[in-house]
Amino acid sequence: MLNGAGKVLKIGVLALQGSVIEHIQCLEKIDGIKVVEVKKAEQLLEIDGLILPGGESTTIGKLLREYDMLEPLQHLIKAGLPVWGTCAGMILLAKDIVDQNEVYLDVLDVSVRRNAYGTQLDSFQSSAVVEKVAEHDISLTFIRAPYIEKCGLGVDVLLVLNGNIVAVEQDNILATSFHPELSNDLSFHKYFINKIKFSQEKTYTGSHSG
Amino acid sequence: MDRYTLNKNLAQMLKGGVIMDVTNVEQALIAEEAGAVAVMALERVPADIRKQGGVARMSDPLMIKEIKKAVSIPVMAKVRIGHFVEAQILQAIGIDYIDESEVLTPADEMFHIDKKSFDIPFVCGARNLGEALRRIGEGAAMIRTKGEAGTGNVVEAVRHMRSIMSEMRQVQLLPAEERMTFAKEIGAPVDLLEYIAEHKKLPVVNFAAGGIATPADAALMMQLGCDGIFVGSGIFKSGDPAQRARAIVKATTHYNDPNIIMEVSEGLGEAMVGIEMDKLEDQYAKRGW
Repeated sequence: MLNGAGKVLKIGVLALQGSVIEHIQCLEKIDGIKVVEVKKAEQLLEIDGLILPGGESTTIGKLLREYDMLEPLQHLIKAGLPVWGTCAGMILLAKDIVDQNEVYLDVLDVSVRRNAYGTQLDSFQSSAVVEKVAEHDISLTFIRAPYIEKCGLGVDVLLVLNGNIVAVEQDNILATSFHPELSNDLSFHKYFINKIKFSQEKTYTGSHSG
Repeated sequence: MDRYTLNKNLAQMLKGGVIMDVTNVEQALIAEEAGAVAVMALERVPADIRKQGGVARMSDPLMIKEIKKAVSIPVMAKVRIGHFVEAQILQAIGIDYIDESEVLTPADEMFHIDKKSFDIPFVCGARNLGEALRRIGEGAAMIRTKGEAGTGNVVEAVRHMRSIMSEMRQVQLLPAEERMTFAKEIGAPVDLLEYIAEHKKLPVVNFAAGGIATPADAALMMQLGCDGIFVGSGIFKSGDPAQRARAIVKATTHYNDPNIIMEVSEGLGEAMVGIEMDKLEDQYAKRGW
């Protein structure tokens, strides 16, 4: 099912907890998008891409398991479903979480540190140019944010801020330590949507395409 | 960006979640395992404060530290209204949020804490829009309904949520020249009233609290427009806390799905014993100015 010019893209936002409405409000400002609040496993089959929002990674991870969504989602991501994790979402995607045995989706080949900057007192706001995403300076909000300490060979680093890796891409997976959904800048959302379109034009035949 | 904006952003990350009162490490672990998005560490749940009486104060810092060490989700703790030294202590502990709470015995009968002078985010209770905006004006990064804590009776939380929502709708309909007088009448800072007129929402998240005891109560408050849920006595004063905690979390996520709320409500065992409002000797919601 190729994405022709007129086709509406269905973007899911995992809606178990966290900054769900913020992502939805960003997506609604972009043409040609239908937003789905994803709360059940079967909804994963209807979408062209999924955003894992900010929130409490421990809570969202437990709920993914409790609601039998973890494995189906993992399979879909491995089959090519475009997915973007912001903050907690980055932790959910990681194959390794520093100082923690439990991992969740186990798909992104990075080692991520939770609350890497410290407590809420160390939350901060910054800005940077992320070359692959946009030419202009993008405002970046870090809330009890994680960062990536190590990443595998297949991982493309999009942004290093103050010596820490805070945005990466690995095939169909995008992950950011910060919260583009808290700013008015839609660059990352548009980048993710283009990523979905590109993957559909290429060879993507994820299990939801039938 | 200022600290206050970052604190409001932090509270946004709790949305759709359930925050549970816990009195020891064991309960904190049960809450975390059940999917709580944060825990409120306190020595006595409101139902016990009500029963035992006496002055209710901030909890022992040692107990708060132990709970903080035991869980990876954020930990909140309560201070008495106006007791800024208790708040200084909690800030020194490195707590994630401070609840300036009417459940504890007020330390000041005139003034709330100047929350802007703290770096830690505050949550405060409110019965109506004026009270909510006064607390936000003082620097609260998050609001919750007061409800009537420790009663297992959701009626007051519903009343408070309906008041806030109804007044918000009124504000949006007011012509600009009537806003100042309306602000005066409800005792709210006019700039915050103007924020609501323009953005059609509160400048901070608003959770439900006070008397929530069942999954249906939680879903009710979510359908009324709350951003998330506090459960105080409702979980650990019930027959099967772990199961009830999970059920309330699930009902909060799926608050619009009656089938799921039905499923999680089945065979939950005894809910906490509730109290009717006219049998109450002390209405905590009346504390706060």
